[in-house]
Amino acid sequence: MPKLTSLDDLRNLRKQVQKEITTRTETNTTITVGMGTCGIAAGARETMNAIMRELADRDIEAHVATVGCIGMCASEPLVDIEQAGQPRITYGNVTADKVSRLIQEHLINGSLVDEWVVGRLEK
Amino acid sequence: MRELSLHILDLVENSLEAGATRITLKITEDRAENLLGIIVEDNGRGMDAETVRRVTDPFFTTRTTRNVGLGVPLLKAAAERCQGELILQSQPGVGTPVEATFEWDHIDRAPLGDIKGTLLSILLFRSGADLCYRHRVDDALFRFDSTEIREQLGDVPLSHPAVREWLDRFLQENLQKLTSAHSAEQKECQDAETDIA
Repeated sequence: MPKLTSLDDLRNLRKQVQKEITTRTETNTTITVGMGTCGIAAGARETMNAIMRELADRDIEAHVATVGCIGMCASEPLVDIEQAGQPRITYGNVTADKVSRLIQEHLINGSLVDEWVVGRLEK
Repeated sequence: MRELSLHILDLVENSLEAGATRITLKITEDRAENLLGIIVEDNGRGMDAETVRRVTDPFFTTRTTRNVGLGVPLLKAAAERCQGELILQSQPGVGTPVEATFEWDHIDRAPLGDIKGTLLSILLFRSGADLCYRHRVDDALFRFDSTEIREQLGDVPLSHPAVREWLDRFLQENLQKLTSAHSAEQKECQDAETDIA
């Protein structure tokens, strides 16, 4: 398969994916990763990239966003998961190796990973 | 911070917090001059002279100005222990250029590290701002501008899985080209040394 690495390839890619876009952008899950100095130093970039890989591998649609420091620096990397109708859950010390279990249990099984929860915000 | 690319991500986060819509990131590796330079320039809200003076103080951080804290002081310390320096200028309403320099071969200089990971983080998750990237290793140059990429994509977002894959490969290949020029030369030197021996 030829590699897609030029801008021309990108134009073709656009034509291919344009049709399916509307369906892909509708999702009720938001995942937020703390990307302040504290988060970055604790490995938030790797966590973020692991989340993207995991979502792509399992074909899960979710908005992924980053925020600055939220003040619990000792528990970084912090990951928030918010789903429509559910309380917003903050997980602490989510290093890249924990991402797979987090996605499996929270997003797929629909149960919290209790021992990693550091915060909970009711709707 | 274990990698300079993490400092870069941190600086860019500062720029985004300052409301920047366009960020220019320049990395220069000049081994003849034994210099590694990093410049992050933004068009964010900027800082007044007093804030610029205090931003390198690790204890200058408040809840309302989260864009300062340990990030800049850590980078300053990293540059200075490699015989380099941190140059920070800013003008309110215009933007902030930050430059950090390092001796390229200084034993305490952290590796650049996963620059691709840093660029993907910036492009995919904080896509409100445009990024112009310019990375020079001696005579080899890699540059891209996210506005050009966006032009090609039209209404397809950068975070679309197929685009993400393209970006990943595009960065991987071009960054590899830069560093391979580099390691080829190192190998030549090693071979020459072996010949002499």
